[in-house]
Amino acid sequence: MAECHPVGFRWVMEAKRRGATIIHIDPRFTRTSAVADIHVPIRPGSDIAFLGGLINYIITNERWFRDYVINYTNAAALVSEDYQDTEDLDGLFSGWNAEKGQYDPSSWQYRGLEVTPAAGHREMFSGEPRAERGAIVSAEEHDFTLTDPLCVFQIVKKHFSRYTPEVVQEACGIQPEMFEKVARALCDNSGRDRTSAFCYAVGWTQHSIGVQYIRTAAIVQMLLGNIGRPGGGIMALRGHSSIQGSTDIPTLYNMLPGYLPMPKASYDTDLKKYLEYNESASGWWSEFPKYMVSLLKAWYGPAAIAQNEWCYNYLPHISGDHSHMVTVAAMADAKVQGYFVMGENPAVGSMNCALQRKGLRNLKWLVVRDFAPTETAEFWRNAPEIVAGDIKPEEIGTEVFFFPCAAHTEKDGTFTNTQRLLQWHHRAVEPPGDCRSELHFIWHLGRRLKELYRPSAEPKDFALRDLTWDYRSIGAIEEPDAEDVLAEISGYSLGDHKYFAGYKELKNDGSTVCGCWIYCGCYKDGVNQPARRKPATQQTWVAPEWGWAWPDNRRLLYNRASADPDGKPWSERKKYVWWDPEQRKWTGYDNPDFIVDRPPDYRPGPDAKGIDTLSGIDPFIMQAEGKAWLYDPNGLLDGPLPTHYEPEESVLKNPLYGQQCNPARMEWVRADNPYHKAWGDPDYPFIATTYRLTEHHTAGGMSRWVPWLCELQPEMFIEVSPELAELRGLENGGWATVSTIRGEIEARVLVTERMQPFVQQGRTLHTVGLPYHWSWIGRSTGDAANELTAFVADPNVSIEESKAFSVQVVAGRRSRKRRAATQGALVEREVAGPERDLPPVHQKPVGQHGLHAEKTEMTEES
Amino acid sequence: MAKKSWLLKWPALRQLANGDLAGLGDTAMSERTHSLKPRTSTADKIVGSVCPYCGVGCGQKVYVKDGKIMDIEGDYDSPISEGCLCPKGSATMQLVTGTHRGMNVLYRRPYGKRWEKIPLKQAMDMVADRVKQTRDETWEDQHEQGHPLRRTLGIAHLGGATLDNEENYLIKKLFTALGVIQVENQARI
Ligand code: SF4
Repeated sequence: MAECHPVGFRWVMEAKRRGATIIHIDPRFTRTSAVADIHVPIRPGSDIAFLGGLINYIITNERWFRDYVINYTNAAALVSEDYQDTEDLDGLFSGWNAEKGQYDPSSWQYRGLEVTPAAGHREMFSGEPRAERGAIVSAEEHDFTLTDPLCVFQIVKKHFSRYTPEVVQEACGIQPEMFEKVARALCDNSGRDRTSAFCYAVGWTQHSIGVQYIRTAAIVQMLLGNIGRPGGGIMALRGHSSIQGSTDIPTLYNMLPGYLPMPKASYDTDLKKYLEYNESASGWWSEFPKYMVSLLKAWYGPAAIAQNEWCYNYLPHISGDHSHMVTVAAMADAKVQGYFVMGENPAVGSMNCALQRKGLRNLKWLVVRDFAPTETAEFWRNAPEIVAGDIKPEEIGTEVFFFPCAAHTEKDGTFTNTQRLLQWHHRAVEPPGDCRSELHFIWHLGRRLKELYRPSAEPKDFALRDLTWDYRSIGAIEEPDAEDVLAEISGYSLGDHKYFAGYKELKNDGSTVCGCWIYCGCYKDGVNQPARRKPATQQTWVAPEWGWAWPDNRRLLYNRASADPDGKPWSERKKYVWWDPEQRKWTGYDNPDFIVDRPPDYRPGPDAKGIDTLSGIDPFIMQAEGKAWLYDPNGLLDGPLPTHYEPEESVLKNPLYGQQCNPARMEWVRADNPYHKAWGDPDYPFIATTYRLTEHHTAGGMSRWVPWLCELQPEMFIEVSPELAELRGLENGGWATVSTIRGEIEARVLVTERMQPFVQQGRTLHTVGLPYHWSWIGRSTGDAANELTAFVADPNVSIEESKAFSVQVVAGRRSRKRRAATQGALVEREVAGPERDLPPVHQKPVGQHGLHAEKTEMTEES
Repeated sequence: MAKKSWLLKWPALRQLANGDLAGLGDTAMSERTHSLKPRTSTADKIVGSVCPYCGVGCGQKVYVKDGKIMDIEGDYDSPISEGCLCPKGSATMQLVTGTHRGMNVLYRRPYGKRWEKIPLKQAMDMVADRVKQTRDETWEDQHEQGHPLRRTLGIAHLGGATLDNEENYLIKKLFTALGVIQVENQARI
């Protein structure tokens, strides 16, 4: 955190000054480790084993927060008698469907519940962010003594019972004494009087079991009562200024603004069905239709009327996974013609760069918008495969447009920072030359397309014809007014054009307009709320008048959990939001995340519907049952509980189960994306992990051209331990060649004790660290670490695995810029090796996960 | 009077007179230092901004003179950063005013070996034409089983995590209306 979010880290230092214990868990020793109380080196890819060890420690040592767990989580819920755990099936849960190559989650359900159509329906799709959408089922049977072997608490206990300190040592390379020191410190600092926080950077999700990493941390925090309370929680530290915003208002294939799902082909054929599948009978998602209708009114204006289902039939439908890597693989197979890339550099930042570039070569046209031509814009000119002579520019048919972009100082708009905070940046100067904002580009592109399609009478073009696109144009360059767009996102009533104060004012009768329901109120009273800058010194420590946080300017989510079931603060020290019995409402330092006048003793009657089903002790209002889920009965696609699996390319056999890897992971089995052996590959004996440096930014588009930053970090390097240097004859400051079966790169060697070998399962394991900022253009250049990585992904959100894989390292400059994407695997050999999967999983049908052949095989229709 | 002020130019005496025994306060300043002002004090306007790099969201102040940015500094009012910027945030000035920035639209013909400069408006027209042609060629109205698809898989988009919410909103709005579903960004990468 000190490396990648330095200014955020000053608050960690402030906490330390006030007595907090800082624990840093990372394969490398970094600036964070240097000031932490405890640094725990961990083998890359083994975090679930470590966190599972914590869960086991918390339960066996009775350190869990009983009142919190019983009242605010689903610990007491009873699960179907058909449920079988990974303990019973050697690393698989019940319900593996060998034919489909995926889990059927019905045996994971709560007892007595049918799988809801929506859950079953959602099961069809990888890429559905169910964890973010909240759940739509409620338990019917409970055992509040928590002793029934099939209650959630006992299932969790049994599932993690083998994650002992000894197993943690075997899997993670962490000594039992060190493990216990961490576990004790964490438990001692949790309870009524104290809270602990987890902070992670999103590299934590970049594993073939990435979503479950975060779930495991969530289980730890729920058991310790650390969610919804000040100083608690799990903080995702995000690496881009508005990456949170680009998920909320998603430039993502599977969602519409505000986490509303995109319509699914063959299911959501009309609005009625779409609402039926996605609306929840209880909890906050029962309000779903209001958000959807308000969005359709925002987009299709007067054309959207009740009779035509508010123009629902203008929306396109998805059929399976259309995520980044799936699309790039389709591109490489010449199935995509045109590609827009705005402020991103996949030829450097995405997995298997050479495969990314193969995709670009097979396009008809490409539009890149950035400060200067990036590697993605110049892939046809001087990419490694072109320098190596494998491909010639005159063989590449892609037409390329490079548009220079405007900087944030040259345009108005909001970023949503990592803490859900919207902050407005004002235009200070006009953009120079032909530089323009993306707002300008997309608005004028839309205007041109509307014009081109104006004569059309084809139904396919009606959505464009009716699209509301009138924004105020400013100045000579005709910049659309960003504040106009913000006002539409926030929402207003039709008729009297009153700007809403919050999403509770939205309706499903077509009388309200709102482009993103969770942002509703950010233009309250016609005032640009994210532009508020009341100095920190002039307001409370919660600082509610700096910017605007979604939802409802709330700074801490689920904060009803900061009070006990009776509505009183758990302790004076950790007071945040509480029930005021005199005024009969929730109050506190923040905007309460609860129905403001619902008393703690409210219990819903049997006929309650919608948000009336939430009782006074249901803090987790986005869940249908108002409780946090220790166990996910709908299941993620890879199970109802996190389980330790090894990375796709490991150096170790899974110490816990016969099932080596996540059975539901996505693989791309194709010649341009070969894999190593599951473990113990003699050609690739070392572990590699990639990371960022303080002085550079992601794929370099905003840092490799900036002289100050290039001076601070001038070139690509590889961090190795003195032991590995000795083993491989590497010299500090000299060169090393690092390779996988997919590519080879060169880097300067940095020999440092910050990297340490792990001794596990009787072997010494070496890890190398690779920053991933560089590539061949810019003022500081070097080979890109992602030339080495593979297309392999988590099944839930299709995030790639880049933080743990195996490599070869040799001394000297030996790279011939070979790439599997242009000339096939770098090492010719028998593919056979140890199995990644148990026999039933091994029969996973071709094309089921990831793109194997025809893109259409990814859809549920085939 | 004149003599007194002359004497008081002697730092040791000034320290004594002001009780600044450590000599680290005001008294240690020379007259030149006293008269120095930050460059930013002559700015025509100061504009509130936010660091464009990582997700922390540190506050920035952009100092503008004669229509040009003269400096970018941390914003002391921000409860997030209280005036601090890390190396990247501190380099924002170079990012936005550096000579690396492209000022022209560049075009590479199919099978071409070099970039050509083309006017912005022409480039926009060309892109709009390409979108229309690809969309019309690759349109899927419905599945053979009869359910609606209303989309094109011929066009894809990547990017958004460094863009503004308003920009992402218009990107998603326009592309959805066009039936472009392969819209992705760094949030998944
Ligand atoms: S100054 Fe540094 S820590 Fe702050 S937002 Fe910018 S990059 Fe992040």
